[in-house]
Amino acid sequence: MAILNRRDFVRAAGAAATLPLIGSRAFAQEKLKVGFIFLGPIGDYGWTWAHNKGREAVVSALGDKVETIYTENVPEDASAVPAIRDLANAGCKLIFTTSYGYMDQTIQVASEFPDVKFEHCTGFKRADNVATYNSKFHEGRAVLGTIAGMMSKSGTLGYLGSFKVPEVVLGVNSFLLAAQKKNPAATLKVVMIDSWFDPPKEAATTDTLINLGCDIITTHTDSPAALQILEQKGLYGFGQGADMSTFAPNAHLTAIEDIWGPYYIERTQAVLDNSWASADTWDGFKEGTVVISPYNKVVPADVVAEADKIQAGYKDGSFNIFTGPIYDDAGTLRVKEGEVISDADLAVMDWFVKGVESAA
Amino acid sequence: MRLRLEKRPEPSRLMLVIAPIASVLLTMLIGVIVFDALGVDGQRAVLDIFVTPLLASYKWQDLAVKAAPLVLIALGLSIGNRANVWNIGAEGQYIIGALCAAGVGIAAGANGGVVIVTLMVLAGVVGGAGWAAVPAVLRTRLSVNEILSSLMLTYVALQVLGYLVGGPWKDPNGRNFPATAPLQPDQTLPILVPGTTIHLGVLIALILPFVFWAVMARSVFGFQIRVVGSAPHAARHGGFDSKQTIWLAMLIGGAMAGLAGALEFTGALKKIDLGFPSGYGFTAIIVSFLGRLHPIGCLIAGIMLAVTYVGGQLAKISVHIPDATAGIFQAMMLFFILASDIFVRYRLRIVRTQKVAPAMVPGE
Amino acid sequence: MNLDVISSIMTIVGLSTPILLAALGELITEKSGVLNLGVEGMMLLGAIGGFAGAVLTGNPWLAVIIAAMAGALGALLFGFFSLTLNSNQVATGLALTIFGTGVSSLVGLSFTGRIVAPFGSLFPAVLSRDPFWKVIFGYSPLVYFALIMVVAVAWFLTRTRSGLILRAVGENDHSAHSIGYSVVGVRYAAVAFGGAMAGIGGAYFSLVITPMWAERMTAGRGWIALALVVFAGWKTGRLLIGAYLFGVLMWTEGFAKGGGFSAFLPIAQSIPSQFWAAMPYLMTVVVLAIISSRPSGGGNAPACLGKPFLPSN
Repeated sequence: MAILNRRDFVRAAGAAATLPLIGSRAFAQEKLKVGFIFLGPIGDYGWTWAHNKGREAVVSALGDKVETIYTENVPEDASAVPAIRDLANAGCKLIFTTSYGYMDQTIQVASEFPDVKFEHCTGFKRADNVATYNSKFHEGRAVLGTIAGMMSKSGTLGYLGSFKVPEVVLGVNSFLLAAQKKNPAATLKVVMIDSWFDPPKEAATTDTLINLGCDIITTHTDSPAALQILEQKGLYGFGQGADMSTFAPNAHLTAIEDIWGPYYIERTQAVLDNSWASADTWDGFKEGTVVISPYNKVVPADVVAEADKIQAGYKDGSFNIFTGPIYDDAGTLRVKEGEVISDADLAVMDWFVKGVESAA
Repeated sequence: MRLRLEKRPEPSRLMLVIAPIASVLLTMLIGVIVFDALGVDGQRAVLDIFVTPLLASYKWQDLAVKAAPLVLIALGLSIGNRANVWNIGAEGQYIIGALCAAGVGIAAGANGGVVIVTLMVLAGVVGGAGWAAVPAVLRTRLSVNEILSSLMLTYVALQVLGYLVGGPWKDPNGRNFPATAPLQPDQTLPILVPGTTIHLGVLIALILPFVFWAVMARSVFGFQIRVVGSAPHAARHGGFDSKQTIWLAMLIGGAMAGLAGALEFTGALKKIDLGFPSGYGFTAIIVSFLGRLHPIGCLIAGIMLAVTYVGGQLAKISVHIPDATAGIFQAMMLFFILASDIFVRYRLRIVRTQKVAPAMVPGE
Repeated sequence: MNLDVISSIMTIVGLSTPILLAALGELITEKSGVLNLGVEGMMLLGAIGGFAGAVLTGNPWLAVIIAAMAGALGALLFGFFSLTLNSNQVATGLALTIFGTGVSSLVGLSFTGRIVAPFGSLFPAVLSRDPFWKVIFGYSPLVYFALIMVVAVAWFLTRTRSGLILRAVGENDHSAHSIGYSVVGVRYAAVAFGGAMAGIGGAYFSLVITPMWAERMTAGRGWIALALVVFAGWKTGRLLIGAYLFGVLMWTEGFAKGGGFSAFLPIAQSIPSQFWAAMPYLMTVVVLAIISSRPSGGGNAPACLGKPFLPSN
């Protein structure tokens, strides 16, 4: 075993994923280090894959001034604290923690490193050096719901969810409201599987939703398991987080893609410009954070036209799916004609709209 | 000639100490080779995994917090393992311990302070022991295999946790995420070293191994455990009640796991969500073996395992080793230590086969 | 009420088959007196082995064989430590689970995002897709294989000489040894068979249900398989019934959440889903208590289960 000399020690203690800097480059001005904490492996073709694409976008846009470091498979428990701290110790001045479950851990480490900026994805706790950001995935769900409403024969739709958290509730409501605009009788069976990732359970639950009469099923869990079941049964579904058409070439009608690149570049540039400030950002179609994948060729032209209309409406601000009248699943009028639910209320939404069938 | 294993009259004390160290070194060596084969700087990776956490002072707090639950659970389990009582449900007892502490905290409402925190931790101890009492009853009354029952109960405990944090105990301000509300500051354990995450539980995990050592070495109880484990027949003749031993072993194992859960909850995590059970209860089984079922051994082995966790995290950043390799390392280390057991009980002898004429074995 | 009963039966069969496969293997292992807690790890090795095999060879049958070999290799590793070196079986089995999880994730890195054709029914579509007859003909060959293996294992254990030897080794290793049987040899074979079956069970996930690779994709089914062996009281027939009962329980959770009970059994809707998820384990503990308390003591549990064999010479 090699004897640990001082240089090795400093290098190890710094723990930076530095590529060897050769020749004069070593004397160039020090690059800004940007860190990323990832929940899954970067090859998950879902949530983490999309965040890593965003990291790559930062490198290709600002690669001459910025260097990125990432850690994957960081569990959402106490061990996230040292993982985040390691990035700060490695010299990162901007750190993106890319899952809800890192919320308290991010706040804790941020208090130890006041000169490091933190960006926490999908959370709601902020500090002077902690900003939060999220994506309006539910805008994409309105597009999917439009397609489902027009293409479903039974009018019974399925939603494979993870937990009844606001993000999922918004997705459910947005999907069904959009479907009901095309088919007022449409109903939506929602099953939460109490996990973001459990392929056998996702598959079995999809089976059960099909057995209960659903012919188009959308998912809010991370694996393509549901799509593969739909493919085998000759039914339709949608990709989640990324284009999953390779897993189900026939069943995959389209997908909501999470595009984090523009936001990551903007925030990194802000740190470079010394203009970074804590904020709460919630972007959607307009800012390019939510993107719809190419439509499957089985989607008829009139459906494509309607789906595109929703996207265009979000981009120019003329459309919002959460416009009244909206009734909840008990039949109570929650949003009056012409009223629009505010972003602040959306962020804590915990009730389903009329037509949702859910056990709990 | 051939190699032959010969039973030692007495377990080798030297081997007892050498074997774990050799296992770790062997794991490191194989690590360098495997990482190089994977196209990663093997030496750097292994240094980061096994050495850096010990040398870099800023990693010590992570090490301490990670090691504490492992040491505590392993201490309890090693008592049982010595008596040949196999409690592999420590993960479940850890979960129930934490939940009991949370229950007391919730019942106390806005009240906090030393008394409440002490009650919370005690509730954890009682809860863990209570969950372990189920396999103990089944074993002593109905001779149900405790390995199987304690394992099954772990999965029941996981569902209990899922139900409580997703249902009655869900944080009303937590936007429906399945988690309890974070503990208010006066319901948490004191921090020992200001500016770090080192909580009182770490101190407890540092002191208890010495207490266990003293008890095991000096008390009748310690003697009983050892005799029941190594010579059950002799124990019966000596008047030791095997049922009583099973009860004690299970209860101590459960109590320690429950204690670890309660300390982790009140000291480190301060809330319980679905990520709370992170496998400490299973990893502690490895720790107790790595530590040779000896209290001080458990302390050292717990720190060792924590080093590989913390170091593995470092190496993920520094040389981008795949996350999965951390598990392979732990398994390899355990395989080696279990295998090396044979050198404690046996010695390797080179035996010359009698039939072979001396002329035919030139120089060996 | 709008429930497709035929398709629901097929869902339950799909849930039951992998745990039935793995449990059949573990049954033979335990009958020889060895407790291998590494089922989950071996299933994952089989899942990645099978998937890699399917990607590389394009042949699902070869893929299943590779899955069986991957599981058996893991089992032999366990055998080497626990049988040859007499290490503790509980700890070695846990180590195998950690090892299998790690190795499968590492190998899987290069197979993430790949797809293969599902290993589905081989019967003509007129049968396998028929709204009614699919309930008999609509399954992957592995489903029929599992059922054949139930019969084969039952026959082996009760009707063959080798089965008798296996049970003898599990009941009383020292007597078996003194009559001249190789205790360690028999146990190696049993452990390897257990690994192969667990491997095939794992491949059911990566080749049949969701033809893809995802880290930890068996999501704890190996532990349910372990419970199943105990639940069945080490009896082959009960293993089959138990596998389908566990399948029904797993199906019930999703069915209840989908509102399936609301029409005819509203009370079932108010039961928390965790109850259904905990049921297999709770029932196993209860069954364990019942069979252990019988006068025969331990019922069909092999007397030497989990104990190392140390010949006294």
